[in-house]
Amino acid sequence: MLRKLSIIAAVAGLAFAGQALAAGHPLPPKDVQWSFEGPFGKFDQAQLQRGYKVYREVCSSCHSMKLLSFRNLGDKGGPFYNEKYKNSNDNPWVKAIAKDYEVADIDSETGDAIKRPATSADRFPSPFANEVAARGANGGALPPDMSLLAKARSGGPDYIYSLLTGYVDPPAGLKVGPGQHYNPYMPGDLTAYWSGSHEHVPPGGFIAMAQPLKDGQVTFDDGTKSTLDQQAKDVSAFLMWAAEPKLEERKQTGFAVIIYLLLLSGLLYASYKTVWRNESH
Amino acid sequence: MADTAVGATTEPEHGGDPSRRDFIHIAAIAAAAGGAATLVWPFIDQMNPSADTLAMASTEFDLTKVPEGQQVTLKWRGKPLFVRNRTKGEISKAVADDSAPMKDPQKDADRVKPGKAQWLVLIGSCTHLGCVPTFGGGDYGGWFCPCHGSHYDTSGRIRKGPAPLNLVVPEYEFLSDTKVKIG
Amino acid sequence: MSGHSTYQPKTGFERWLDARLPIIRLGYDSFVDYPTPRNLNYWWTFGGILSLCLASQLITGIILVMHYTPSADHAFASVEHIMRDVNYGWLIRYMHANGASMFFIAVYIHMMRGLYYGSYKAPREVLWLLGCVIYLLMMATAFMGYVLPWGQMSFHGAVVITNLFGALPIVGESITTWLWGGFAVDNATLNRFFSLHYLLPFMIAGVVILHIWALHVVGQNNPTGVEPKSKADTVPFTPYATVKDGFAMSVFLILFAFFVFYMPNALGHADNYIEANPLVTPSHIVPEWYFLPFYAILRAVPDKLMGVLAMFGAIACLFALPWLDTSKVRSMRYRPTAKVYFMIFVVACCILGLCGAKLPDDKVIPHLTTFKLIDADLNSFVWLSRFASLYYFAFFLVILPILGLKEKPLPVPESIASPALTEKKG
Repeated sequence: MLRKLSIIAAVAGLAFAGQALAAGHPLPPKDVQWSFEGPFGKFDQAQLQRGYKVYREVCSSCHSMKLLSFRNLGDKGGPFYNEKYKNSNDNPWVKAIAKDYEVADIDSETGDAIKRPATSADRFPSPFANEVAARGANGGALPPDMSLLAKARSGGPDYIYSLLTGYVDPPAGLKVGPGQHYNPYMPGDLTAYWSGSHEHVPPGGFIAMAQPLKDGQVTFDDGTKSTLDQQAKDVSAFLMWAAEPKLEERKQTGFAVIIYLLLLSGLLYASYKTVWRNESH
Repeated sequence: MADTAVGATTEPEHGGDPSRRDFIHIAAIAAAAGGAATLVWPFIDQMNPSADTLAMASTEFDLTKVPEGQQVTLKWRGKPLFVRNRTKGEISKAVADDSAPMKDPQKDADRVKPGKAQWLVLIGSCTHLGCVPTFGGGDYGGWFCPCHGSHYDTSGRIRKGPAPLNLVVPEYEFLSDTKVKIG
Repeated sequence: MSGHSTYQPKTGFERWLDARLPIIRLGYDSFVDYPTPRNLNYWWTFGGILSLCLASQLITGIILVMHYTPSADHAFASVEHIMRDVNYGWLIRYMHANGASMFFIAVYIHMMRGLYYGSYKAPREVLWLLGCVIYLLMMATAFMGYVLPWGQMSFHGAVVITNLFGALPIVGESITTWLWGGFAVDNATLNRFFSLHYLLPFMIAGVVILHIWALHVVGQNNPTGVEPKSKADTVPFTPYATVKDGFAMSVFLILFAFFVFYMPNALGHADNYIEANPLVTPSHIVPEWYFLPFYAILRAVPDKLMGVLAMFGAIACLFALPWLDTSKVRSMRYRPTAKVYFMIFVVACCILGLCGAKLPDDKVIPHLTTFKLIDADLNSFVWLSRFASLYYFAFFLVILPILGLKEKPLPVPESIASPALTEKKG
């Protein structure tokens, strides 16, 4: 038994050691308390609305969100869901938001390429026509699509929040190229740009995006004070919703399913004990 | 078989009401069956139209694109939709036949919106077996289905042939004088 | 075990059908009256759990195909269409993705159980070999299934694994080109993987039927490794085994549900939510967790061809196992020395899994530099994986063959019933 325990301890020790960071890795993301965490987590609708505004006014000028349609904003759990409009296509907030965008279409009579105001069924239009155009306008870097960003980065919304609030002046001795910005949360390896010892390479990497948010950048309609921290939190929550819109439904269903399975297991255990009660085994 | 007998014969000795024990088995089986039945629903419901399909289910159309005596065919819910700008002659012919013997009697006025008699909106799918009828054929000056020879009049009513019902008028409304929303 | 049937048709219809297609008799003899060793423990419930996993994967998979588009241009978006727009699509896709992991958890426990209790020894060699074939098919199916969402990990995982065949001398290059249907992993590759991912599970189901058939010919092994001798050693499959399997399945489903509903992406990789881009490789490319031990063995060998051979050799060892183990005693319950080596083997497999997830040059114990051995510091995952791989092969090729001849096993009970009865009395 002692031997078994010591083996387990050794494995656990190895796993833990593996977690520790070697020099050159990014900082681990800050741990934020989100309303959607935990088994009963739900999105905070006011936060999603603020987050959408940050996305609309700041992010969307470079970042596409092409997997989402306007109607999704009015879906259950979404930023503009209203019980009166079960069908999100009829949601007046969604319609008003869609109308502000222009989407490409084909004139059904002449066949010409035209622009028309979006409807709630349309997808969010991308700010650039294609990847080449996006890179061209951003110094060669491609602003990633935001539809799945919160699931496509390890650390998820914590990572996005940390990155947005994590811009600092580069440490002395780090050579920052033109169009590059230092961020300790960005994955990367700065060894080649570091003039100091190899043991003390600064954490993080370079990011082509300059610090996008700052205090007062967006005016929130609900009167929430528009600090950098608040904007970063709200837009990270919004992006988590965009990446996993069924999160609330999933967690609620999960709770019912697990309760059911616990009951079923209890019944089956009782049944099992009854069947086997006279059998030695 | 002997083993089952061992279990069966010793049952009463160990106390406990046999019916109570049976109840546990029945409850366990019922709970398992109930859970399985509930799980079947997502597997069935996934074949119903998805959210993006439902979102495309209504469409808006600009009527200025259809000159008098012409018809435009759009795709709506995967089926053809006829938007016809009827001539005075077509309308009067349809109204005149209102009291003629028909399989599916309906007045022409009930098939258009009040005051908009020239606009006839129809689902272009024959009520017989779903072929697309063509305009200008048949004995009644309306639509004719080439598949099995159903004749529709200028109001889209079935007059002759195997089709049981008139061409269906979808749910639609006028958003303005020149714009309709279908669905 | 394949003795005469005890099925008695009761109704007229049953008699009529039994004379024409004795299918009820087959089901009755296999799953009702079938004599089961009375001392099976919970490790024996994983066979039933595995059939549940296979059924779940088949059903959810067939449903996903109704909405998925196998095309390099549309695959990624169609998976997101399932997640966002299809009714309960998120549930079905998460069940399928996590179901694969559950399948492998169950199969690894099932295999380790067979290893510990000597379920591969005569007369169960064919039963074990069929199991190994199922495992191979499962790995192929899982690998090709992971390519289908066409994310970054899908794509570059496919690139790395297909390139393994390039290590073969002379024919290597033509085989990879043939696998790809082009000069790189592309639309053609995705389409053939989709086709095979649909086909292979049905082949698995076919081999599972053979596996169960073989099982019913030779009978189940049991924790003592002693064949049942009399009726006192067995109980009928129904209700004794069915209710125990049912309880175990229900508990296993709790684990499954926990993953599906509360951490559906924990076993996946964030990079797979980025659409495939042939021009950029993710900084840290790892296979799904169930391949990690083999991936570690591959990377442990510095030579490409030798690495590939070592990886396939690791699986080949499983096939050869019935003829490698020389011990006459089946269950390790009565082989105290073998038991210790087995425990170390399990730990070595876990260590290999850990190594597969780490960068080879990262340090096992941080901030400790020892000395460089051949190509890397001794305190690195690549060296850890070399030691673990060495033990993996030694266990099969050295320890089991020699130990069976040298060790002194504990006394084996006369029959299944006798130790169980004495334990009760004592």
